[in-house]
Amino acid sequence: MASNIRVISRLDIKGPNLIKGINFEGLRKLGDPNQFARDYYEQGIDEIIYIDIVASLYERSSLLNIVRRTTLDVFIPITVGGGIRSVDDAREMLRAGADKVAVNTAAVKNPELIHDISQKFGAQCMVLSIEAKRTAPGKWEVYYDNGREKSGIDVLEWAQRGCELGAGEILLTSVDMEGTGRGFDCELTSAVSRAVPIPVIASGGLGTTDDFEKIVKAGQADAVAIAGALHYKKLTVRDIRFEALKRGIHVRKEALCQQ
Amino acid sequence: MPTVTIIDYGIGNLLSVARAFEHCGANIVLTDDPVKITGADYLVLPGVGAFADGMSGLTECRLVEPIKIFAAKERPFLGICLGMQLMLDESDEFGANEGLGLIPGKVVAIPTVGSDGLPHKIPHIGWNEITRPESTSWQNTILQETPEGTPFYFVHSFTAVPSQQEHRLADCSYNGTMISAAVKNGNLYGCQFHPEKSGIAGLNIVSRFLNL
Repeated sequence: MASNIRVISRLDIKGPNLIKGINFEGLRKLGDPNQFARDYYEQGIDEIIYIDIVASLYERSSLLNIVRRTTLDVFIPITVGGGIRSVDDAREMLRAGADKVAVNTAAVKNPELIHDISQKFGAQCMVLSIEAKRTAPGKWEVYYDNGREKSGIDVLEWAQRGCELGAGEILLTSVDMEGTGRGFDCELTSAVSRAVPIPVIASGGLGTTDDFEKIVKAGQADAVAIAGALHYKKLTVRDIRFEALKRGIHVRKEALCQQ
Repeated sequence: MPTVTIIDYGIGNLLSVARAFEHCGANIVLTDDPVKITGADYLVLPGVGAFADGMSGLTECRLVEPIKIFAAKERPFLGICLGMQLMLDESDEFGANEGLGLIPGKVVAIPTVGSDGLPHKIPHIGWNEITRPESTSWQNTILQETPEGTPFYFVHSFTAVPSQQEHRLADCSYNGTMISAAVKNGNLYGCQFHPEKSGIAGLNIVSRFLNL
């Protein structure tokens, strides 16, 4: 039997607020991230990812506060990214209650950081966050700083390198599709998922339950991160589970967490 | 209100474990003090990462003997994830390493191919349904109120292989590979999955543990 596909809610954070943009631009404030996280937990989401999209040192304390508050009443895995530049930054996030850290910009600038975090806290803790922009058919380039800067690095090579350096998981965001709700870049996810032996979380573009089916079946995603479609209440976690099961995709069947 | 002693040996996210036990009504003591560990009412060994790091963390804090002394008292003990793996005799991870020897058996890498011969992803990350081995009863255990087939959150690359069937409390299947999901030897329990990260189902196990 195939393993269960994870359904993850991704919450992009700016200061104390949950925000959402399109292609990482035109950001809108949506509210208190803790309330959203708690709501998704009660709906039965499998994991939560927080990404601080500004990640200035100045605002680090509000991200840490959000994580600490989450662990009070949300008992599922929490991944935190944005502004993690060192092993000490990673430790601070884990101490605040994160289970995993997602690293993007700092890893592009200093790939050894992947190795260092993985060695120190275990590969299961080290999520390599990759922002990918399509440059030609079947080719993608690694971007960083929330899709603002190009690196010149090929996505597939970077994914493999990250894996060799000790990443335990890849969070793969399509810069082209992010925030559009027009579906994932399935070709991108499938190419990366086939290139590495570690799980790949597809992120960026889910608008409908059809997109979920496509990214799992054609995109070979091991997990699916959903942001705007949940935040704007176009879909509920229950809708996604129900449709997935109907279409023969294994997801966690447990009824929702009531309490 | 029960007091739970959580072993702080520099490995893993203790906050989540502490929060789950607090949520279920426990007082928490986080410590690396050997005296507090041998004298604990309930003892929890959390941990993530590599077996060798875990054992060297316990050795450096001089906690191996205190844990064994506690275990001999038959008070409730719970090893979580790496903490469960450390309960076994030894591990293959990056060369042979000796464990705590609370459960006979060893820890091995999860095969990189499923039972269908196709490669699958390692680490095994995600929610997986646990099953009850045929000869095992969950009555009067931490799984007493857990329906068979309940999913829990796993994240690991290695798996415990108890040498005696009687110590297998629960299993799960990862693409056909049998994973030891929970072990039991008297009042000593181990969970490969994370009860503190498995929603209500996980909190139910924590509550049951506090009623042992």
